[in-house]
Amino acid sequence: MIYLELFWTFFKIGLFTFGGGYGMIPLIQQEVGAKNWITSDMVSNFIGISETTPGPIAINMATFVGSTVGNGAGSAFLGALAATLGVVLPSFIIIIIIAALLKNFMENKVVAKVIMGIKPVVVGLILATGILLIYQNLAKEEFDVISLILMIIIGAAAFTYKKITKKDLSPIIMILVSAGLGMLAYSIF
Amino acid sequence: MKKLFSLFATFFKIGLFTFGGGYAMLSLIQSETVTKKGWLSGDELLNIIAISESTPGPISINCATYIGYKRAGFFGSLFATLGVVMPSFIIIFIISFFIEEFLKIQLVFNAFKGIQAAVAVLIIRAGFKMSKNVKKDVMSIGILAVALIITVTLNFVTFNLSSIYLIIAGGVAGFIYYGLIKKGIKQPDKAADKTEDIISVSNAVEETTFENAPQVPENDQKEDDK
Repeated sequence: MIYLELFWTFFKIGLFTFGGGYGMIPLIQQEVGAKNWITSDMVSNFIGISETTPGPIAINMATFVGSTVGNGAGSAFLGALAATLGVVLPSFIIIIIIAALLKNFMENKVVAKVIMGIKPVVVGLILATGILLIYQNLAKEEFDVISLILMIIIGAAAFTYKKITKKDLSPIIMILVSAGLGMLAYSIF
Repeated sequence: MKKLFSLFATFFKIGLFTFGGGYAMLSLIQSETVTKKGWLSGDELLNIIAISESTPGPISINCATYIGYKRAGFFGSLFATLGVVMPSFIIIFIISFFIEEFLKIQLVFNAFKGIQAAVAVLIIRAGFKMSKNVKKDVMSIGILAVALIITVTLNFVTFNLSSIYLIIAGGVAGFIYYGLIKKGIKQPDKAADKTEDIISVSNAVEETTFENAPQVPENDQKEDDK
């Protein structure tokens, strides 16, 4: 049953996501990729869309994957519902337990130590995902020079902006500009 | 009933007007729930953020669930969480029907190839940003490097190992190293003091709140200054 599988997959993803939306992307790439539900390029497209539409990235990704997979199986709505419910439920349950019972959760030394070990793993996973995405962007049928140039331009722009203003360049601006540049460059060359 | 509706409406608004999720959402959560509604104090919000960072799941969901529970119990949680999820769900659900067709247009396809370049940069940036929260010692940097190398290598040999196992391994390693080994060297008696720790919690919670969470509100302030 595909809806149950969606629910369970996103339940696992929700349960093991630490550090917010970006911490979820390596898990989504892997779990969804392993099942051949959607292509890796499509995940990337959707991260872009998630950044430019409102709401938490995690919810956006779950709804999107659920709807796409569900659509192939009969009901996009059930798919979206199953995946979104799955990704929300672990947080929901855990936080209610903490709010109701564990007033001193933050004082729990075991939790603190476990988190200290999980944090570097999550950062490692995110950086690995970034490296793999760069590779994926470049290694098309033939080496994609345009993508290389775009990544250098956007990366340099974000870096310079941060150095000068001490603020992060907005993801929405980065995505809109790169969409414009991509449209231009790939259409001309 | 009015309470529940107000929770739903407030978090619906928060879900609808935050882009990029998680941390971008915190400044709006702060202005709506602390400043405008006075549902909780700034300190309480800091505490919730600290809890969110130590529990799995999207930060926005964690905040909505927690604040909802504090306001109106289980149903408060339910309505607040529903509120924060609903805008994304509706918008993305609609987009998901058009995206495949949309991508068949060559110009749109090209735009998305550009977007893929930006996404790679965004993810690398997120990784570097989060690395600031990692303890700068051999153990943590070692764990980070191992997780990175394993993930990249396994991808190229097309061996599928779920990152979940790496996360679990990291948690176990963190507990053994920081909880048992380092503790054993520095303060051997601490483990016996568990019960006393729990008694003195109410004071300590306030301290941890200030110790653990200041990096988040700093970002908040910057956002507010814009």
